[in-house]
Amino acid sequence: MTLVPILVLALGTFAFRFGGVLLRERIEFPDRVRELLSTAAIVLLVALVATSSLVKGQSFAGWALPAGVVVGGVLAWRKAPFVMVVAAAAATAALLRLAGVA
Amino acid sequence: MRSIWRTLDAELWRGVLAIAVAAVVNGLSFGAISVAAGTPVWVPVVMSLLVFAGGSQYLAVGVVAAGGNPVAAVLGGLILNARHLPFGLAVGQLIGTSWPARLVGSHLMVDESVAFAMAEPDPRRARASFWACGAALFVAWNVGVLGGALTGQLVSDPAVLGLDAVFPAIMLALVLPSLTDSAKLRPALLGGAIALATTPFLPAGVPVLLSLVGLIAVPRRVKEAA
Repeated sequence: MTLVPILVLALGTFAFRFGGVLLRERIEFPDRVRELLSTAAIVLLVALVATSSLVKGQSFAGWALPAGVVVGGVLAWRKAPFVMVVAAAAATAALLRLAGVA
Repeated sequence: MRSIWRTLDAELWRGVLAIAVAAVVNGLSFGAISVAAGTPVWVPVVMSLLVFAGGSQYLAVGVVAAGGNPVAAVLGGLILNARHLPFGLAVGQLIGTSWPARLVGSHLMVDESVAFAMAEPDPRRARASFWACGAALFVAWNVGVLGGALTGQLVSDPAVLGLDAVFPAIMLALVLPSLTDSAKLRPALLGGAIALATTPFLPAGVPVLLSLVGLIAVPRRVKEAA
């Protein structure tokens, strides 16, 4: 891999980021649309959570990973501190794997 | 600028620190994997500084390492990163209006900094969270990648330490408060289902973009009470 593909990827990625920011600043969106833009971001984030907890590559990630995420999610729902959410999620996945659960 | 940081409480800083630690280890792994795949040391380092989007970096290095075409690597990475456009539309007003703030803030826009901002209803705190998370991750990720590329030692697979569960768990914790609103919960559930159902058939990144179809589940009229 040479510098050119890296630069193209970097510039393209920056264009997506900056483009969204500029559009948001330049256009006076009605409240209804603003609400929809927030919802769109939440929808994307939830889709990232779903795919990154259940899928590796294009197939099922195994049970240890989603189990860790669920444990972290339950703790977050019970208003546990952030650090505990992170530690519990990682520890659950790691221990299940250690025990032989894929 | 100092007043921005003061609006953040200790709990939020601990949250940022927790993901920063995970990002260092992840970065070590990315740097080491890249070098092990035969790329020169500067490739993962420069890429991390300029692209700063882990998923697309893994994808690009993976495609090239597997003997794939660099054009395919770049296209795949760009598809994966297209979600930053709607992210910018959602949080763009929080970043700041000066040109340096816009440029730097755009570059610091990653899944985690967007999620931190979305989790804060108060715009001042949302802005501070975005910048704190984005800046911490930028430093952590790049330090990790540099370390991994230089030492070349494969930090035992991050999955062994359960670190692959950290990203989804944090993101879940950050979106949970928004999901108590059914006008967000319904499209989110539909979108997540669409992304999962299409993952086996579509290239990386496309299923997450398709989740936006879930927006059809937004109720026609949002109650004013919200």
